[in-house]
Amino acid sequence: MPVSLDNSQLIYRALKSCGIQMLSALPETWLVHFIQIAEDDPQMTLVRLAKEEEGVGLSAGAHFAGVKSAMLMQNHGFLAAINGIVSFAHLYKIPLLMLISYRGTFGERDPWQTQGGNVTEPLLRALNIPYSFLDAPESVEKRIRQAHTLAESSLQPVALLLTRDLMWVE
Amino acid sequence: MMLRLDCLRAIYSDLEKCLVVTIMGALPAELQSLGHRPNFFYLQHAMGLASSTGLGLALSMPQQKVVVFDGDGSLLMNLGSLTTLARYKPKNLLHIVFDNESLLSVGGFPTATSTGTDLEAIARAAGIPKACTVSTVEDFATVVRQAIAHEGLETIVAKVEATGPKAFVTDLGLLENRFQFRRHIQSLVPKSR
Repeated sequence: MPVSLDNSQLIYRALKSCGIQMLSALPETWLVHFIQIAEDDPQMTLVRLAKEEEGVGLSAGAHFAGVKSAMLMQNHGFLAAINGIVSFAHLYKIPLLMLISYRGTFGERDPWQTQGGNVTEPLLRALNIPYSFLDAPESVEKRIRQAHTLAESSLQPVALLLTRDLMWVE
Repeated sequence: MMLRLDCLRAIYSDLEKCLVVTIMGALPAELQSLGHRPNFFYLQHAMGLASSTGLGLALSMPQQKVVVFDGDGSLLMNLGSLTTLARYKPKNLLHIVFDNESLLSVGGFPTATSTGTDLEAIARAAGIPKACTVSTVEDFATVVRQAIAHEGLETIVAKVEATGPKAFVTDLGLLENRFQFRRHIQSLVPKSR
């Protein structure tokens, strides 16, 4: 599968260095290696969800307990989580570190991903969620650290969009 | 039919050492009428996520009993949560569902449990290892006390009357509750993790 194992490991190591101990995830093609790495790590609590919105509650519970967590989802999963983001994370000032695979953009071959690609950034802006991109191996660690720092200091959701350039090896 | 307030009153003192997460609406208003405690968190929106929040707490603090007060309307919005709970089976999580067959807080619209949907059966089929339905305050208090005293994930469905207090807004601010709850947890010694 042409998903980058090296860059999946890079992202995972960066999350670990931020002290992330719990990860919620729903499988998607670009995240296969990443989820497997988390599964194989005895120090990581990996929670496989039925729907991404559950991850908001899970991360809130972890935050109350003092455990740092991150959410791993596709952009369509982000769409599915929006009510939880607004009426829990925003309402109650819960830090969320959301890693979102950015499907449906330039180079997308799957027709069913394309509408979600169109609306992801407009929705992040409409929801006032600070976001940036993971698009090059050399900046992954720093950007994850900065996103995590901002989520923790501002007590709000912060998003990192995992791009095709980083995740896919053509 | 039994009243939710009587159920809450019957087990109120048993909640002292538990972390409690509730749904929105009548339930938190009634629990607060019995007396707010710093170990109570009221999720006053995000319907369906009380159980997910309880799971996050329970997995993060394996030595700490966590009690979720859910409702039929909320649980029906996030039935997948039962499958996630069942998948990880935290031994320290007790999931109580007050089933009044109604979306009471928004005007009393009947939910699917009013036409035969059985939440205990759904919980069982989702893989929750222990599930029961109770309809008297005595039975409720008995099963809840047993569940708090013992390990194991359990869903208790309590069939209650669709009545509640006149007003749902209390003088406890949402953020005040949230920060107090986290601070309370951080003060617990010894730290579970």
